[in-house]
Amino acid sequence: MIDTAATGESRVAVSRGEDGAVRVRLSGRWQLGDGLPSTEPVRDALQGAPAAPLVFAAERLLEWDSTLVAFVHATASLARAAGSAVDTSALPQGARRLVSLALAVPPRLRPKAPEDDALSARVGRIALRAAGTAADALAFVGMTALSLRELVRGRARFRRVDLLRAGEASGVAALGIVALINFLIGAVLAFVGAVQLQPFGASIYVADLVAIAVTRELGPLMTGIVMAGRTGASFAAVLGTMTLNEEVDALRTASLRPGEFLVTPRLLATVVMLPALVAYADLMGLMGGMLVGVSMLHLGPLEYVRQTQNALSLRHLWIGLAKAPAFGAVVALTGCYYGLRCQRTAAAVGEAATRAVVVGIVLVVMVDALATVLLHVTGL
Amino acid sequence: MSGRGPELPVEVRRLTIGHGGEPVQRELSFGVRRGEILVIMGDSGSGKSTLLRHMIGLDPPLGGDVYYAGEGFWAAEETRKEALRRRVGVLFQNAALWSSMTLEENVVVPLQASAGLAAGEAREIARLKLALVGLAGFEQHYPAEISGGMRKRAGLARAIALDPEILYFDEPSAGLDPLTSRRLDGLIRELRDSLGTTVILVTHELESIFALGDSAVFLDAERRTMIAQGSPQELRDGDEPKVRAFLGGGRR
Repeated sequence: MIDTAATGESRVAVSRGEDGAVRVRLSGRWQLGDGLPSTEPVRDALQGAPAAPLVFAAERLLEWDSTLVAFVHATASLARAAGSAVDTSALPQGARRLVSLALAVPPRLRPKAPEDDALSARVGRIALRAAGTAADALAFVGMTALSLRELVRGRARFRRVDLLRAGEASGVAALGIVALINFLIGAVLAFVGAVQLQPFGASIYVADLVAIAVTRELGPLMTGIVMAGRTGASFAAVLGTMTLNEEVDALRTASLRPGEFLVTPRLLATVVMLPALVAYADLMGLMGGMLVGVSMLHLGPLEYVRQTQNALSLRHLWIGLAKAPAFGAVVALTGCYYGLRCQRTAAAVGEAATRAVVVGIVLVVMVDALATVLLHVTGL
Repeated sequence: MSGRGPELPVEVRRLTIGHGGEPVQRELSFGVRRGEILVIMGDSGSGKSTLLRHMIGLDPPLGGDVYYAGEGFWAAEETRKEALRRRVGVLFQNAALWSSMTLEENVVVPLQASAGLAAGEAREIARLKLALVGLAGFEQHYPAEISGGMRKRAGLARAIALDPEILYFDEPSAGLDPLTSRRLDGLIRELRDSLGTTVILVTHELESIFALGDSAVFLDAERRTMIAQGSPQELRDGDEPKVRAFLGGGRR
């Protein structure tokens, strides 16, 4: 015996036999939770005796479970890698069979090559993916444009029910949340304005502030964001599920174009419904502002309304309403895009919905910023 | 409806299949004779369903082409592709019924959209097709309200809506109990016999393979190509060990 090593309750003893073989004697109790002995002693022994066979022996082995098998598997794999033969014949039959099962080389499974983790490789992958997505999204917009041409020609093939349902989902069904959010935004604006204006005795200008901010910017923007979270996500989830269930493929084999049959009604419904929703949102925002104005600043309701009328030139209202169809288009296209590009797994549907919301909100805000810059430049 | 069409309604020539990157299968060539039931089988991961997607015109192959009556599908113009698709009916693995529509609407939509039928006529034909698969009386049900086997039959009614020359089935017995699956096999055979439809079937269900297959091809995942072709009985008694093992040959 030239080397012994013991771990835990001396469950493993490694020795070098007279015949040159590395012997591993296993004994005691092997149960999950007791920890795994280190394979170091075996590795050292194998290094000291190249190509020597590895022989397992069991001595007073009381109980064993996967812990034993895991240890034997790990050490046997080491021996294999070193080119040594492995003899497990002295182990309990069950353990022997499990080890040989685990050691069997799968016939044709080729594990995926590990991804290059270098920073440059990661940056490169992200860039390639972004470029691919951009090209793909452009193709999607092009496909939708072709469907719209069919629509203008009166030849678009989709079901009117789908249009009505999408209109309901992106219009009537959203009234509640749009009302709540915009009412609160109007109230918050009035409150913030009041704190600033009251010391100057200019409380009445809160009405101007609320009127312009709500109709021109915040009404459309908040409604767009709410719709991205509500309608965009629902489009992505519905179309993603249809993709997963091969319903989209079934459309294509029935010579129906998904762009025409699925995207057109949703796009149309959202573009038409959003201006109406924004008009409603504007009203709610003004009412929120008025509540704060009347109850906290003690302005007369009529006085507040008249001041609002003075401040609110139609220009602001139109600018706000003009943004609405653009937001609607962005939300519908993002939702439909991620839904139709969904992979055919259940997890991908959730991912598609998440992405539709995130990208939808970002695009809505970007379109709004772009519109603001353009309006500033053109002096409107 | 029998006796129509060319001798080889579908032919695959030197088809290399996959979704970009490494091909799943290379150089597949086989044909289906008119009125024949061809079984495409193979172990999991051998690309049976991918092959089906190439054949029904959903994903372009990496090489080669699928010929419908001698006309290359993937080389054709977009409008021509639509015309070729009209000759084909597909029953997808989970039936893929449009869940927002009733069973009747599921059959009516392709009739109106691809064949341009008037609403009344389309509805009558849809009722007939649903009756043919034993779903008379379920016209106004939604897919979620019926059982898996009924959904498959409704999918079949939709697949045969346009009297296709060629019918594709993707694992028709997947998810069905043996009895329901045997009934569906019977229905497929019945439709072939009465309509003269050419049938291409992807399956690894032994019972279906022997009950339905006039001929079969076997895709091998390891060698990445077709390793056997012939009738199921021939393949079982043939000399390709893997195919024999798959079909239960050599166990007798």
